Amino acid sequence: MTHTIDSIRAGLLKKTFSAEELAREALIDAEAQNPTTNAFLTFSPERALKAARAVDARIAAGDDPGPLGGIPIAVKDVILTRGLRTTCASKLLADYVPPYDATAVIRLEQAGGVIIGKTNCDEFAMGSSNENSAFGPVKNPVALDRVPGGSSGGSAAAVAQGSAVVSLGSDTGGSIRQPASFCGITGVTPTYGRVSRYGLTAFASSLDHIGPFSHNVRDSARLLGVIGGRDEMDATSAFAPVPDYVAALDGNVRGMKVGVPKEWMDGLAGETATLVQAAVDQLTKLGCDIREVHLPHTAYAVACYYIVCTAEASANLARFDGVRYTTRAAAANSITDMYRMTREEGFGAECKRRIMLGTYVLSAGYYDAYYLKAQKVRALIAQDYARAFEQVDAIAGPVSPHPAFKLGEKIDDPTSMYLADIYTVTGDLAGIPCMSVPCGKTAEGLPVGLQILTNHFQEEKMFRIAAAYETATN
Amino acid sequence: MKITEQEVQRVAQLANLALTGDEVVRMAHDMSGILTHIDKLNELDTSGVEPMAQVLYDAAETATLRDDVEKPSLSNEEAVANAPISGAGYFKVPRVIER
Repeated sequence: MTHTIDSIRAGLLKKTFSAEELAREALIDAEAQNPTTNAFLTFSPERALKAARAVDARIAAGDDPGPLGGIPIAVKDVILTRGLRTTCASKLLADYVPPYDATAVIRLEQAGGVIIGKTNCDEFAMGSSNENSAFGPVKNPVALDRVPGGSSGGSAAAVAQGSAVVSLGSDTGGSIRQPASFCGITGVTPTYGRVSRYGLTAFASSLDHIGPFSHNVRDSARLLGVIGGRDEMDATSAFAPVPDYVAALDGNVRGMKVGVPKEWMDGLAGETATLVQAAVDQLTKLGCDIREVHLPHTAYAVACYYIVCTAEASANLARFDGVRYTTRAAAANSITDMYRMTREEGFGAECKRRIMLGTYVLSAGYYDAYYLKAQKVRALIAQDYARAFEQVDAIAGPVSPHPAFKLGEKIDDPTSMYLADIYTVTGDLAGIPCMSVPCGKTAEGLPVGLQILTNHFQEEKMFRIAAAYETATN
Repeated sequence: MKITEQEVQRVAQLANLALTGDEVVRMAHDMSGILTHIDKLNELDTSGVEPMAQVLYDAAETATLRDDVEKPSLSNEEAVANAPISGAGYFKVPRVIER
């Protein structure tokens, strides 16, 4: 049986099980499955049991267990947890123990959440297949010869395999939505600034988001309500009030205008195209007013994204220089050698590629041609969405051009791996909320996701449509 | 846009990466592939477009400022706890200045 936040709350209040029993089961399950899927990098039994016992004590005292009381949660290993190893799936941080908690982690635990462990991912969240982890790839629980997607592959797998009820991931160019679609679960990238990035290891600061994975739309809505909201530790976190996202799931989508981007559907083929079109048809049946919209700069999105994100990454990863973060090349005698050798030994191939590309596009003589150009194209992409949202309440379309591919299939061709991010990067560039909700499986049994996007801070509309679709298709 | 191995070595120097010979060859190939795709941006006329550096929302200019009062932060011990080498409350690094 798959637990949800509501089913656990009911079970706890009826005393069918205790939070401690639930935490123990989740830990046993996660550890038992790890040799198969490699979803977790670190387990946190002490922290989990302490949190679970606190929930049980609250229930015993007749108090409310909290909105996430007793819920087993997995956290992507780029999100800092005080006293609990946080590796960013990098050899460089294999022994890093953070001195503070990310704001999202603090809020989860204050709400009664039980963190059972830290999940595998692409190194420093750079990748679309979770094959760039220094601790081995994650395997897709739905099809073990396939990738779970990336970069938050472990967080998606931890939920899909049933070890965690919900999890936290991070999304810079699709790293929540794409693995959610590959693993057949729900994943949400909120509006930029909706969730504090304090304690999220910076990859590309103008694009990074923290967001939830879950089995159903309701659980993601509830989780976002807990972790969202202004945080004075992150100056880019938004002041906009956090509405009751769960209350927005009233099923009433009749008359809502949903745009389907022509540029997205034209490029889509095969079973993914068939399933996404069927999902759009289902929205019509639910009473949505489906219209064609245009996002004319779609073809430029991947080029724009890989300039902006690598430029920001090259700056953000400069801090890993052998001085503060656990690892220093043993043979280094001079300070310059210390920087160069520590970074050479510590970073994996994809991180080096992105640091190099980012350094190149920011280097003297190239800044205007690349970085400034990309920032202008980013403005055009954001404008495409602004215009579309003058006509529609939401946009629906694919998440990925294809379902989960085989491990090793694309690892030698970074350009083709990047190009598959076409439908996810634009949402991050514009900073709008977007999510993936399962919309069926291919003949081979591989899940496909439907992407739903709305304008800034309109997560309620996004969740309402996603939940109505989910209810109609379950 | 093709990038040469010499350019890769120059950029590696800037990025403080001691790439091996094999890595330089591979990097030149990979970066050329990506930069060739990136050339596509030149099809767009972006004159007059205001660059977008960040997602911005309406807020008062001082919205992100807090009161200027001391607040607790990491202790010195915690701050250096993850250092590969530390001593007397400092991060220790190889000698920078020769006497």
